[in-house]
Amino acid sequence: MSETLHKVTVEVNGKRREAQVPARLSLVDWLRDELRLTGTHVGCEHGICGACSVMLDDEPVRSCLMYTVQANGHRVTTVEGLANHDRSMSVLQDAFCETHGLQCGYCTPGMLIAAQGLLNANPNPTEEEIRDAIGGNLCRCTGYQQIVEAVELAAKRMREAK
Amino acid sequence: MLATHGDSAKIIAGGQSLVPMMAMRLVRPAWLVDINEISTLKFVKIEENAARIGACTRQSAVERDDALAARVPLLRQALAWVGHAQTRNRGTVGGSLAHADPSAELPLAAQLLGAKMMLRSAKGTRALAAEKFFSGPMSTSARPDECLEEIHWPVWSEKRTGSAFTEIAIRHGDFAMVAAAAQVALDGDGRCTRAAFGLGGAGGTPLAFPKIAARLVGAKLDDGAIQSAASDAAKECDPGADLHATKEYRRHLARVLVARALTEACENAKRQ
Repeated sequence: MSETLHKVTVEVNGKRREAQVPARLSLVDWLRDELRLTGTHVGCEHGICGACSVMLDDEPVRSCLMYTVQANGHRVTTVEGLANHDRSMSVLQDAFCETHGLQCGYCTPGMLIAAQGLLNANPNPTEEEIRDAIGGNLCRCTGYQQIVEAVELAAKRMREAK
Repeated sequence: MLATHGDSAKIIAGGQSLVPMMAMRLVRPAWLVDINEISTLKFVKIEENAARIGACTRQSAVERDDALAARVPLLRQALAWVGHAQTRNRGTVGGSLAHADPSAELPLAAQLLGAKMMLRSAKGTRALAAEKFFSGPMSTSARPDECLEEIHWPVWSEKRTGSAFTEIAIRHGDFAMVAAAAQVALDGDGRCTRAAFGLGGAGGTPLAFPKIAARLVGAKLDDGAIQSAASDAAKECDPGADLHATKEYRRHLARVLVARALTEACENAKRQ
């Protein structure tokens, strides 16, 4: 296997990032180890747990199942990119705090990305739709109920703010 | 690339099956040929007799396509069981078919509808029917130098057509222990004019049962007719056993799920 490096240009959280990467470097490893965006977590590393979810062109995907070279020319949003420009927390992040939507916090970045992806596409989701949207994210503290409540609360506040 | 490197090269589309297999060192391709940026492999075109879908079309794009759901309703129904939002945003239709997991949803839909796989190599293109394409667990009759380019899904022209997909899995989004799907067309009196159904996770490939389905044609699809077709199919299939389910349990699921799929497909057809 060659160790050839490939040039990539990726817009990460609104910033243009350029890098030379090996073809088999996973996107999550690049984000965490090179860009030091350690908010995105590595869980199972084979696409089961959802902890590594990021937005690729505004849609949630698993960053452990993508190579960095495949993000070339695309936009990536990590959990760090969800906060407001003044670095205060987003409506969804606030709602997670308020409803105690996290315990150990390991699954939280993935949950936030999955939930934000749902709210972007569907501002008024039913409980079933919320459960479906986070269905690919495992929380081993099993705090699912409060996570669902957080998404419901965020959806309500985002609708009211409009 | 494929012609030069043969078996040591592997096409990567969404990577939702291939990358986990590489992570677990179940496959170690020396070369990955990435087709994600080939925009001509991403399309949905609805024609009179078939819906043509580019192999690299994302599953989420197919799921959201209302015009497609009106012509080949089984696709959206099947996709509801495929993985999760994050994997469907990346996973492709062609990738799932080429991966050929016998318990996966899209291969089952392709098998029972008799979808046609359009394969392309440097030498030319050829069409292969689903029943010839799926050759065993995780294997297809595509040659190492061929790339699945597009899939033709038959459109049933009968007005009162209904379909259904159901399965039992340990967790929603996992591969099915057993999956069943059905599509039926009914005439004005509620008699069946055309029927197809199949099973996933009940053999080395997805299974269709054209002979048993043909016996349903001309009949009113009452509970008796449906139960008899379901139990014939369950007898005919040869499911494997694993940690999660014995052979007998899978056969039981096959019968129950075929009956459910046929019943729901009939109800959907009656609503048309």
